[in-house]
Amino acid sequence: MTEGAGNGAAAIRVEEVSHQYLPARGRPVLALDRVSLEVREREFLALLGPSGCGKSTLLYLIGGFLPIGAGRIEVGGRAVTEPGPDRGIVFQHFALFPWKTVRENVMYGLAKQGLAKDEQARRAQEFIDLVKLTGFEDSYPAQLSGGMKQRAALARTLAIDPQILLMDEPFGALDAQTRILMQEELLSIWQRRRKTVVFVTHDVQEAVYLAERVAVMSARPGRIKEIVDCRFSLSGPALFKSPEFVERVDHVWNLVRGEAIAAQGGSA
Amino acid sequence: MTATLWRYTPLFLIFALWEAGTRLGIISKWALPTFSSVVAAWFSLMEGGELFYHAAASLMRGMAGLGLAIVVGTTLGVLMAWVKPVRVIFNPIVQLFYPMPKSALIPIMILWLGLGHASKIVLIFLGCMLPVTISAFNGARGVEPVLIWSARSLGATRSAVLREIILPAAMPEILAGIRTALALSFVLLVSSELVIAREGLGYLIGWLGDGGVYTSMFAVVLTVAGLGFVADRLYLALMKRMLAWRE
Repeated sequence: MTEGAGNGAAAIRVEEVSHQYLPARGRPVLALDRVSLEVREREFLALLGPSGCGKSTLLYLIGGFLPIGAGRIEVGGRAVTEPGPDRGIVFQHFALFPWKTVRENVMYGLAKQGLAKDEQARRAQEFIDLVKLTGFEDSYPAQLSGGMKQRAALARTLAIDPQILLMDEPFGALDAQTRILMQEELLSIWQRRRKTVVFVTHDVQEAVYLAERVAVMSARPGRIKEIVDCRFSLSGPALFKSPEFVERVDHVWNLVRGEAIAAQGGSA
Repeated sequence: MTATLWRYTPLFLIFALWEAGTRLGIISKWALPTFSSVVAAWFSLMEGGELFYHAAASLMRGMAGLGLAIVVGTTLGVLMAWVKPVRVIFNPIVQLFYPMPKSALIPIMILWLGLGHASKIVLIFLGCMLPVTISAFNGARGVEPVLIWSARSLGATRSAVLREIILPAAMPEILAGIRTALALSFVLLVSSELVIAREGLGYLIGWLGDGGVYTSMFAVVLTVAGLGFVADRLYLALMKRMLAWRE
């Protein structure tokens, strides 16, 4: 295993976790098969794999949204049994509350923390400014573009200051330009407010660019195939052209390609 | 305003045809009194205060029954969707009673609750509750799991999620169900008052019909139709306001 990033302590520990799901018809499907993984504190880790490899399922298990069938997941030394504000989540399709304005969405989690109304409003504004949505506080999600919706969702999650940020293909529904802008912004936010990030994606370049370590998963049933160190001396757009980045993308791509072919080949 | 008037031109045309047909003797005046005589009867009923008295009684019953149906139906539907024991107990009951014509309950309600307000209010409550329950159930079941998960990870408890996430997310379907219930409440109200009552618009229609005062009877029938129409338009406007976030 590659040397990990962060300060060494485990923020998330996944031990021998398996997960089955029952399709509407047919036999149970094994989505995850005895997966073990450690995510260190303040580390940015990407979970990469072909569609259907169970990477989102693993994220939902860490989030406490799905029951853990077999194995154990610990966050901060405590077993995960249900969702909690220590683990913020950002979904691919934003999951904003459509009947609430941007401000009300961001204030929802703050109200749950028991903050006074004016303190809620002050903090909400701070995070709306942080994701550059100033001026759209009173818009409803339906009035925003995809990129703006994802900024709002990010502000809502960051506002409650979770130690861990779970991201489920957060930029997957955005167009290419917006996606690159959002990646830049996520990195700059992460550099300012270091959090443990688990970032699910099927985009090799995105994973290698954003993450410190990339955990490549095998096709169903999902396992961790290899963990690749992706820290570079360069940063920013120059990184994309550097030989070490290109070489690393190539390496990860080769790992994923075999799995993508296996997934396509209908081994299930 | 003028646009609205133009939209209802076909209605004015019907009234004009009605007036012309009865005046020219194409339609027998025993079958249908002239429109103008019905309008005149309406004004004299209003002046005498009878129409107002009976309309108030009917509206009070309708609002009480429908209001109860909305509160109980929404609560039951949302709970059925997300609390399994509630679903197991109430699902077969709802399925059994939903297709049943509620007017069949009129004699039973009168037997149990008498001729006054209670029998009508309970009938409307029972009849209107099920469409609201079913729409709330479907709306609540259809809530995207990611909305619930987001709320939970923002620190909401399970019961807070029911009230603050599932209920508003299901609101479009609940409001559509209430519109159906609103129309149904008028049907049940007038038919139960027609069968047996001591006041109310349905009672007034029956009483005037039995007495052969057809112009007045038609005036009350038109009043019921008008009230139903106004209630529906007001409700639609309210619904549009409540769902403004949908764009």
